[in-house]
Order: sequence, then structure tokens, then C-alpha cells
Amino acid sequence: MKRTLTILILVLLAMPAWAVQPGEMLDDPALEARARTISKDLRCVVCQNQSIDDSDAHLARDLRVLVRERLVAGDSDREVVDYVVSRYGDFVLLTPPFKPATYALWFAPPLIAGLGVLAVFFYYRRRRSAGVAVEPRPLTEEQRKRVERLLGDEPP
Amino acid sequence: MKRVIYILPLAAFVVIAAYLGVGLTRDPHTLPSVLIDQEVPPFSLAAIEGREKGFSSADLIGEVSLVNVFGSWCVACRIEHPFLMRLKDDNVVPIHGINWREENRQAGPAWLARFGDPYTLIGDDPESKGAIAFGVSGAPETFIVDARGVIRYKHIGPITPEVWESTLWPLIQELRKG
Repeated sequence: MKRTLTILILVLLAMPAWAVQPGEMLDDPALEARARTISKDLRCVVCQNQSIDDSDAHLARDLRVLVRERLVAGDSDREVVDYVVSRYGDFVLLTPPFKPATYALWFAPPLIAGLGVLAVFFYYRRRRSAGVAVEPRPLTEEQRKRVERLLGDEPP
Repeated sequence: MKRVIYILPLAAFVVIAAYLGVGLTRDPHTLPSVLIDQEVPPFSLAAIEGREKGFSSADLIGEVSLVNVFGSWCVACRIEHPFLMRLKDDNVVPIHGINWREENRQAGPAWLARFGDPYTLIGDDPESKGAIAFGVSGAPETFIVDARGVIRYKHIGPITPEVWESTLWPLIQELRKG
């Protein structure tokens, strides 16, 4: 029991392996927090589906350091991002910018979802109206008797 | 009219398949460079060991030149190297080097001593300052910079004689004309 508890506590205490090394971090917690936020949205150009905040690539590390240097130099968040984009293009932004070239990207999902909703709506409307249009034929005398027999209201 | 609806999914599939099919033929590592026709962002790199002069953006003004990003750790750079040596021997265009991210200060110079040194100027770039200025994502990458210091072309990967003959050399000659 004691051993299990010790292991559990140790596991809970263990820190995830961050890519950001302690030596890279800024002393000012506010600036460091801004640096983390910015680097979470910058793509590592070496391992393209990770942010530079996640990546262990050398170039990602150098970009993290660069982001921090710009912040210390007094750049706004916007200026830091623009600086990196001016060298690597919109591609480094993990959130693509909203502009004519990316309209298809931004509008396609809601458009397709909207079409889906419309399709479902019309499908059910048509099915319901079809149901109203077809009146069930009345039962014949023989059928009615059979139903009653099956339901057991009258003795056979 | 009703028939059309049955064809729609197939039509949509064909369009999407064609779109994605084209996407498969493209190399995702070849990033479009936003720096084409832009001035080289300012940078200044120290000299590597054994050289007096470093390499900075100001050195690119005045003459069409190549800027080649290399490192002793980069296998493809070694493949490309003999061709750079040939260009140097033919003295066709100044080649400047960015010695990118060497683990220690001797690695780059030792590599050049062993395989030859084709570079006019070399900047030591342990922290990717020069590489980031050029928007580099891997090595080797080579840029053609015109006499006004504007980046005119980016080549990713080793320069081969074919690429040189078909693309780089014609562009250099054209840029020299004005």
C-alpha cells in the first residue's frame, strides 16, 4: 500500500518533458508567458506539424530564443509574429490568417455543415409530408376479425 | 432532374480526388519563400576560425552573388560541395557561405580544410541568426542575391549541374545585364 502510494505520488509529481529548456526562459514571468503564447502558434519549419513551443528541433529552439529576444527588445506580440512571418511566410502560422487566399479554408467547413443541416431538414420534411399524403386503407371485415382474435379480446 | 442528385456525390468525389491527387505530387518540404524579390533582412555574422572577416547583409551590395547555407553536419552539403568547388575554380560568381549551427567552433573550418573552401565570405551562424534572416528551414539552401542586395531566387537542396545549367546560371546572367 505504502509503495503504491509512493509510486503514485512520484508519478503525479513528474513533470512532462517540455521542449522549452530552463535556460531559454525569461526572468520576467509576464514576458515569458507572452513568449509561450506566441511560440505555441508558430510552426516549426523542420517538423512541420509541431509548434516551436513543442519542438526539440534546433531551429525551433533558435526561433524560441529569437521570439524572447524581440520581446525583451520591446516588440509587441504582433511585431514579433510579423517579424517571423516576414521571413518564413504565413506558413509558419498554425492559425492561418483570414484573407482572400484562405477564404476557402475558413468558409468551407461551416458551408458544408450548413448544407448537411439543410439536407437533413428537407429529408425529414419530405418524409413527413409523404406520410400525411398516404391515408391508410380501412381494414376489411376479415382483417378486423383477425386482429381482434390475435389481441384476444374475444374468444376464438 | 432527380438523376442529377445521384451524380452529385460522384462529381464531388472526383473533384476532391483530383485536388488531393495534385497535392500528393508536391513536396511539402519545399516552402514558398516570401523573401523572393525582397531585400535581404539585415544580419551580421562573425568570422569562422581562421578567417579575418565575417559576413553581413551589407556585403551583398554591389555584385550578383550566391549565398549558400551549409554545415559540417549536413550530408547533402557534402554531396553538393564538389560542384561548389568547381564553380569556384571557374570563378563564375562569388559564393558566400553561412556556416549554420556547428556544434563547436572548429567543426566548420575543419570540414572546409578537408573538402576545400569555395567561399568568398563566410559567416559563423551558431544561433541561426543568418539562417532565420533568409527564412531557411534546412541545409543546403542557396540564394541568388542581385547587385542591390535583393533576394531573387531560392534553391532548396544540393545544387546539381542540371539545376545550375537550367535555372541558376541563366538567372545570374540575366541579373548581371541589369
